[in-house]
Amino acid sequence: MSSSSTSSQRSDFISSGKPRESVNGVTVRLVGDSGDGMQLLGTQLTNVSALSGNDVATFPDFPAEIRAPRGTRAGVSGYQVHFASEEIYTPGDGLDALVAMNPAALVTNLGDLKRSGLLILNSDSFEAKDLKLAKLDQDPRQTGRLKDYRVIEVAMTTLTRGAVEGTGLSVKDADQCKNFFAMGLVFWLYGRDYEPTLRFIESKFKHLPAVAEANRRALTAGWNYGETTEDFVSTYQVAPARLPPGTYKNVMGNQALAWGLMAAAELSGKELFIGAYPITPASDVLHELSRYKHYGVRTFQAEDEIAAVCSAIGTAFGGGMGVTVSSGPGIALKAEGMGLAVMLELPMLILNIQRGGPSTGLPTKTEQADLLMAMFGRNGEAPMPILAARSPADCFDTAIEAWRIATKLMTPVMVLSDGYIANGAEPWRIPDLASLPKIEIRHPEAGTGAEPFKPYLRNENLSRPWAVPGTPGLMHRIGGLEKEDGTGNISYDPQNHQHMVNTRAQKVENAAKFIEPVQVVGDDSGLLVLSWGGTYGACYTATAQARAQGKRVGHAHLRWLNPFPANLGDVLRQYDRVLIPELNTGQLRLLINGRYQVGAVGLNKVQGKPFTVTELVEEIVRLA
Amino acid sequence: MATDLPVLTANDFASDQDVRWCPGCGDYSILAQMKKILPTLGVPPDQTVFISGIGCSSRFPYYVNTYGLHSIHGRAPAFATGLKMTRPDLSVWVITGDGDALSIGGNHFIHLMRRNVDLNIVLFNNSIYGLTKGQYSPTSPQGKVTKSTPMGSLDFPLNPISMALAAEATFVARSVDTNIKHLGEILIRAAQHRGTSFVEVYQNCNVFNDGAWDYAKDKAVREQNTVELEHGKPLLFAGGKKGIRLNGFEPEVVEMDGRISQDDLLFHDEKTSSPALAYMLSRLRYPDFPEPIGVFRRVERPTYDYQVNQQVEQAREQRGAGNLQKLITSGDTWTVT
Repeated sequence: MSSSSTSSQRSDFISSGKPRESVNGVTVRLVGDSGDGMQLLGTQLTNVSALSGNDVATFPDFPAEIRAPRGTRAGVSGYQVHFASEEIYTPGDGLDALVAMNPAALVTNLGDLKRSGLLILNSDSFEAKDLKLAKLDQDPRQTGRLKDYRVIEVAMTTLTRGAVEGTGLSVKDADQCKNFFAMGLVFWLYGRDYEPTLRFIESKFKHLPAVAEANRRALTAGWNYGETTEDFVSTYQVAPARLPPGTYKNVMGNQALAWGLMAAAELSGKELFIGAYPITPASDVLHELSRYKHYGVRTFQAEDEIAAVCSAIGTAFGGGMGVTVSSGPGIALKAEGMGLAVMLELPMLILNIQRGGPSTGLPTKTEQADLLMAMFGRNGEAPMPILAARSPADCFDTAIEAWRIATKLMTPVMVLSDGYIANGAEPWRIPDLASLPKIEIRHPEAGTGAEPFKPYLRNENLSRPWAVPGTPGLMHRIGGLEKEDGTGNISYDPQNHQHMVNTRAQKVENAAKFIEPVQVVGDDSGLLVLSWGGTYGACYTATAQARAQGKRVGHAHLRWLNPFPANLGDVLRQYDRVLIPELNTGQLRLLINGRYQVGAVGLNKVQGKPFTVTELVEEIVRLA
Repeated sequence: MATDLPVLTANDFASDQDVRWCPGCGDYSILAQMKKILPTLGVPPDQTVFISGIGCSSRFPYYVNTYGLHSIHGRAPAFATGLKMTRPDLSVWVITGDGDALSIGGNHFIHLMRRNVDLNIVLFNNSIYGLTKGQYSPTSPQGKVTKSTPMGSLDFPLNPISMALAAEATFVARSVDTNIKHLGEILIRAAQHRGTSFVEVYQNCNVFNDGAWDYAKDKAVREQNTVELEHGKPLLFAGGKKGIRLNGFEPEVVEMDGRISQDDLLFHDEKTSSPALAYMLSRLRYPDFPEPIGVFRRVERPTYDYQVNQQVEQAREQRGAGNLQKLITSGDTWTVT
């Protein structure tokens, strides 16, 4: 691999004085108070690891409260990064290293650290008051609780204050820099180049030169501390991964989704409109898109979720690319609007970045429990195509495919993502947009007006014409009342209603003609692991590990949930057993068993966390 | 070019659909006036869009031969906002009712006004739920006995004009379904205004709330019970025999019996920057006062759809048209060979 012009990466950027140990991959978790800047630390470690050519996968995990009480267990925020010299698909199970900024962060995360794992503590935050806030009677460093780990205590607060002395920052502000000190130390430990982070500091704090200087000093002080102290016997080296050739960048799921929508708009010659109401974890899609007005993107922060979906339908009626984005509670509110979109047969996208439910549930945690709502959460028979992204980078392609189907079939399409994908990051091979197939849209041209225009006259795919206001001679009225096929006139005729319900359903089924058949990786008999959405990486990895143990097992992943790929039934019937792991109580399993009656079994988890590979391997080995 | 345009008539705006309102409904009169004024606006049918919610009034789009969207209950303003943001070239009318706009759609109603989206919203106020067969509405008086309120409704009624003013509407007017000359003029003025034009129309539901507006409709008494607002003119009514003047901050009805000159009366100013006068006028209710009809307020404020598109233009001027390939290749990247 070589570095690109924007990366000033130096291949010799390693510490000089300590022995280097080569490892294939490392999982590090950085934990501290929600105000400690752990998310920033994590994203920087992710970025520099990706830039050094590693494959990376991340798992940010933070509380819903903006500032939970300091030092308490409720306020612990974490960011897990897995970087490796081979292709990886998950953020890792057990931790090789844990960096804990306070006792609360330590005790709530220690269980995930491997035996003999590296434990780096900020020793300045183990005062009596810190222990009390963490509800600890005793200092865990003195109870023998840490004896299985390689503990390294660093007086981060004191060292950071020393490093930033003279920059003019108050003690309180100086203490805010200690995440950069920790970052410097972690970068040193794994031989990471800190130049990109220096550039980040430069740009992020360009209006606060004193803060920029303090953060720079803290970062280098952390690095130098690692180099100087006797505590670390060695550093670790993770070689670049052998990824397919191309230019890469690190993307987060919501960012890739936003860019995918922009690409879909460009490929179809449309301008993008997105109506949204702020909601975790979907808001970043709105934020990202609001920056691109010079691309013709119009963003609308609506008064509520209902107005958001309705404004997107209004755009679609006007011939634009209408999109709305939300999470579970917001999608519930949009149900009536989505039903209207089904009835109007207008193309639009509804994006659901799923989170833990029901109700407000676990806003910052991940779950896959909205599949049945996506399928059935509207009054009447109101089917719509549904597809789900499998990883952060996959969000880009998913958005394009969704719009392709929406416009081909004149239908709203639901796109499912989740909090894990939305906030997770991974390397993305940047596509050449010119090489992507165009999305052809044909609006009917002006008519004479001699005959009333027929808005529900269908083509071979049962799709109706997208006639746009402003076109002479094509004036027509559409609405939520049942319509006569062809003319679009209001109709209460029993046979017509039957026909229209069947037609709308068949139209969605017709999407199967335009989607890829499902592929199996691994064995073609024995146990099939069937997954959808964000569990892809864990299921893929677990299947490979089980096969390495000699088990007969294959893995199939569904991008399309409605309709299912045409070959799915045949694939399912090749296997003795089907296992469907899901972060819900068995929603895909219900659909699969209902449709194909293959007696699939589930592995179901609703803890606000993704699957670990270990728990999947255990279940696969038990069943295979 | 204007001379090349064909001359349009009401027939050009009539659709081929049978109108299905109850015989005698006030909606017929409003439809007739609308079809009459539309050809005078210089906008062809294919550039015109009617968007409605749910309710009797919301069937309106089916009966005009323009583009039309009969949407869901209360949400018409949201559809219209999305449409205008991407298609500011279109002339958009929102047709709604008292239940649709003020109850289930109350939120969208106020946000439409404060944003000042360039469209016209006509609220057919019959103070009853007609399509669901006779429940009290947000504008029904307290004590109204209906199917759902056998002992009388307890809800204090909303005042649509006051609400529109409080929501920062830039054009606020009221008319009456059968006062066809006045209604036609108000609809034209609404169409001419740039920004959200709100028109409340007193509309009779002859099946479930017959006679609710008789005091303002009946030719024998309407001059006594309404006062026509005219910009720059004193508030005179009852054929000039009565007027309204201010006593401190309180309006009062006075007899124009020679002891009071017109100069002592309250003069209407629809363009005053403060909405206080318009709001005070909106509080004049029968039977204590004659109810004002006409334009309460008409002020200029940049429209939402204009500004949205202006930001797009501005961003393009400042940053150049976006290049997506460049965007996705920007920042920190690395190359694998």
